[in-house]
Amino acid sequence: MLGELTLSAIPYTNPIIMGGVGFMTVLVAAVLAMITWFGKWGYIWSEWLTSVDHKRLGVMYVILAQVMLLRGFIDAAMMRTQLALASADSPGYLPPEHYDQIFTAHGVIMIFFMAMPFIVGLMNFVVPLQIGARDVAFPYLNNLSFWLTAAGALLINMSLAIGSFARTGWLAYPPLSELAYSPDVGVDYYIWSLQIAGVGTLLFGVNMIATILKMRAPGMSLMRMPIFTWASLCTNVLIVAAFPVLTATLGMLALDRYLGMHFFTNDLGGNAMMYVNLIWTWGHPEVYILILPLFGVYSEVVATFSAKPLFGYNSIVYATVAITVLSFLVWVHHFFTMGAGGDVNAFFGITTMVISIPTGVKLFNWLFTMYRGRIRFATPMLWTVGFIITFTLGGMTGVLMSIPPADFVLHNSLFLVAHFHNVIIGGVVFGCFAGFAYWFPKATGFCLDERLGRWAFGCWFVGFYLAFMPLYVLGFLGMTRRLNHYDNPAWQPWLILAAVGAAVVLAGIVFQIAQLVVSIRKREENRDVTGDPWDGRTLEWATASPPPTYNFAELPVIRARDAWWRMKQEDIRREPTTFQPIHMPNNTGTGFFISAFSVALGFALVWHIWWLAIVAAAAIIGATIAHSWNADHGYNVPAEEVTRAEVRHFRQLVWQE
Amino acid sequence: MQQSILITPSAGLDLQEDHDTRSTTLLGFWIYLMSDCILFAALFATYVVLSNAVAGGQTGRELFDLPYALVETFLLLVSSFTCGLATLAIPRGSKGGVVAWLAVTFLLGFAFIGMELYEFHGLIADGAGPDSSAFLTGFFTLVGTHGLHVTAGLVWVTVLMVLVVRNGLTETNETRLMCFSLFWHFLDIVWVGVFTTVYLWGVM
Repeated sequence: MLGELTLSAIPYTNPIIMGGVGFMTVLVAAVLAMITWFGKWGYIWSEWLTSVDHKRLGVMYVILAQVMLLRGFIDAAMMRTQLALASADSPGYLPPEHYDQIFTAHGVIMIFFMAMPFIVGLMNFVVPLQIGARDVAFPYLNNLSFWLTAAGALLINMSLAIGSFARTGWLAYPPLSELAYSPDVGVDYYIWSLQIAGVGTLLFGVNMIATILKMRAPGMSLMRMPIFTWASLCTNVLIVAAFPVLTATLGMLALDRYLGMHFFTNDLGGNAMMYVNLIWTWGHPEVYILILPLFGVYSEVVATFSAKPLFGYNSIVYATVAITVLSFLVWVHHFFTMGAGGDVNAFFGITTMVISIPTGVKLFNWLFTMYRGRIRFATPMLWTVGFIITFTLGGMTGVLMSIPPADFVLHNSLFLVAHFHNVIIGGVVFGCFAGFAYWFPKATGFCLDERLGRWAFGCWFVGFYLAFMPLYVLGFLGMTRRLNHYDNPAWQPWLILAAVGAAVVLAGIVFQIAQLVVSIRKREENRDVTGDPWDGRTLEWATASPPPTYNFAELPVIRARDAWWRMKQEDIRREPTTFQPIHMPNNTGTGFFISAFSVALGFALVWHIWWLAIVAAAAIIGATIAHSWNADHGYNVPAEEVTRAEVRHFRQLVWQE
Repeated sequence: MQQSILITPSAGLDLQEDHDTRSTTLLGFWIYLMSDCILFAALFATYVVLSNAVAGGQTGRELFDLPYALVETFLLLVSSFTCGLATLAIPRGSKGGVVAWLAVTFLLGFAFIGMELYEFHGLIADGAGPDSSAFLTGFFTLVGTHGLHVTAGLVWVTVLMVLVVRNGLTETNETRLMCFSLFWHFLDIVWVGVFTTVYLWGVM
C-alpha cells in the first residue's frame, strides 16, 4: 500500500534533523495561521496563487528563492562549524552520512532553488515591463512554471523529514549514485525534485523567448532593447538548449535505478564518464544561465546610478551572444582529470581562456560607464562595485585552473570550492541582491531602507572574503573538498577563520531581514509615488509603482535606446484623457493543481508507491486536457478603470514636482 | 455613450489580439520542439557511444529485423502525409475532412506503436531486454522515448478530434491543429534518424 515507506523513514532519533523539521513546521504553521487569522485565504488564492500576472509570479519566485536561501545557508553554516571543530581527535557534531547529505543539499538548493528562482523571478518581473508588453506570451504557462519549481522545492524539503537526501554531491555522479552504492531514497528525491523543477524552468525559457521576440512595443528593435532584456534572451536560449540534456541525463540515471538499465553502471558495458560528460553539457551552460541575467542587472544599475548611457552597448550585446555560444564549448574543463588526452584537454583549456575575453569586455564597459559619471552609491550600486572587484578575482582564479596541468593539481581541492563560490557569490548572489534592491520599489511601491542595506552589503562583502579566501589557502595546503574530518592541525586556523566569515555573512542576512521588516513598517516614508525613484533609463520606470495589472495603458512607442530617458528629455507627459479597454487573461488554478499532482507523483516514485504514481500521472494528464477544454478568452479591463488609475498616477507625478 | 466605448473598441481589439496569439503560439511551439530535438540529440549521442557495449550479448546485427522496421517507417511516413491532408482540409473549412484524416493518422500511429511494442516484446522474450547490456539500454531508451512521444501524440490527436467535433474549426482549434501537425512531422523526422542510426547502421 505504501511501497517502501515505513515509519522508520522518519529520522526521529536525530535531534538536529528533527530540530530543523520542527522549526520549519512551526514557521509554516505560523504563516498559515496568520493567513487564516486575517482571513486572507480568498485574497491569496485568487490574487496570488492562481495569478497569471508576470509581476506577481516574479515576486513569488523571488520569495521562494529567499526562503530557500535561508535553508541553503543553514546547511552552509553547519558545514563551516563542523569543519572548524572536526580536527584530529574531535569528530565534530555531524557524522559522515549526515554531513554528506548536507553538502549535497546545500549545492542543489543554492543552484536550483535559490539562484534559479531568483533570476527567473527578476526576468519574469522586469522583462515584459522593459519591452513595453502587458504580459508574457503564455501567461498560464508562466503560472505552471512557477508552481512546478515550487513543487520541486517542496519535494526536496520533504526529504529532510521523510527518508534522506542524496549523499553524492550536487551532481550525483555515478557509480556512487547508482542503486548498488546508494540503495536508499536520497538519490531518488534528488532525481524527481530536479526533474519536476526542470520542466518548469524549460517552459519558462520557451515562454520568455517567445515574449521577447514577439511582444516588444512598436519601435523597439533588437538593438534598442535594454541590456537586461538582451541578457534574458540569451539566458533563455541557453535554458531551452541546455535543460533538455539535464532531463535526459537524470532520466537515464532514473532508468538505471528503477529498471535495472546500464547507462552508467560498472557492469554490462555501462559508462559512468558519459554521465559526467552529459551532466556538464548542461552544467556549464547552466553557469552562464545563472550569471548572464545578473550581468544584465549590473549593466542597468551602472548606467542608472552613473546617470550615463551604458558604455559600448553593441560590444556588451556581442559579448553576451559570444558567451552564449562559447558556453557550450568548455564543459570538459570540469574534469580534465578524466584522461581525455592532451589534445582534447588543450582544446577545452583554450576555449575556457577564450570565454573569459567577452567577460573582460563587459567589466571594462561597466568601468567606462562609471568613468566621469555622476555616481550615486545607493545599495544596488554598492553591490555592483562589490561584484566588479570580487568577480574579477574569481575570474582570474578560474583562468588559472583552465590550464590543464594546473587543474590536475587543484582538481577537487578547496581551491576549486573557493573559486566557484567566488564567482557565484560575487557574481550571482550580489547581482540578485542588486536587482532586488533596484526593482523592489517598482514591485511594491516603496524603497528599501538604505542604511540597513549598506550594513547588509558590508557584512556580506567582508564575510565573503573572510569565509572564502582561507579556502584558497587550504586548497594550496592540499585539503580536498567534501571532507567532514581531517587530521592535519595546520588546516584548523584557516577553517576557524572561514567559520568566522560565515558568521559575518549571517550578520548580513540578519540585516537583510531587518531591512525588509523596517522598510515594510516605514513604507509611508519611503513611498515611491513617481514610479521612477532612481531616475531610471528604461521603460519599466515609465509606469506607476507598483504597475497596474496591464502595465501600460497605451503601448509606448520607442524611438531610441534608453527609451524612458529619452521620453523624459522630450517631456512627452500629458494629462491622460481617454483610454481603450484592455484585454487581459484570466487567472487559473490549473498550474497549482498540476504541480500538486506532480509532488504526489514524485513522492510516489521515490517510495515506489506505484498506485499513487499512476493516479497522480493520470491526474496530471487529465488536468492538462481539462484546461484545453475551456479555452480562456480573457476579460477586458474597463476603460474608466484604466483612466482612473492613469489620472491618479499622473496627478501624483505632478504633485511631486 | 459609455456603453459604446466599452463594447465597440474591445471587439476590434480582440480580433487583433487573437491574430497576434496565433503566430506567438506557433513560435513558442517551435521553440519547444527544438528543445525536444536536443533531448533526442542527447539520447542519440548516448546510443552511439554505447552501441558497441554489448557486454558479450547479442548485437544489433543479430537482433534487428530491417524489413519489419521498414514497415514501421512507412506507417509513420504515411501518417505524416495524412496529417498533412488534415491540415489542408482546414482552409476548405471541411470539419469532416479534418476529423476523418486525423482519424486515419491516429490509426496509422496506433499501428506503428503496436508494431513497436510487439518488437520490444519479442526482444525481451529473447532475453535481450533493456537490462541485459548497455547497448540494449541505449536502444530501448532511444526508441522507447520516440514511442512515448508518438503515444502522447495519439492522446493529443484524440482530444483534438473531440474538440473539433464539439467546437468546430475555431481560431483556437486551428492553432492547435497546426501545433499538432508540427509535432507529428517532427516525430517523423526523428524516426528517420532512428531508422538510419539504429536499424540501418545496426545491421551493417
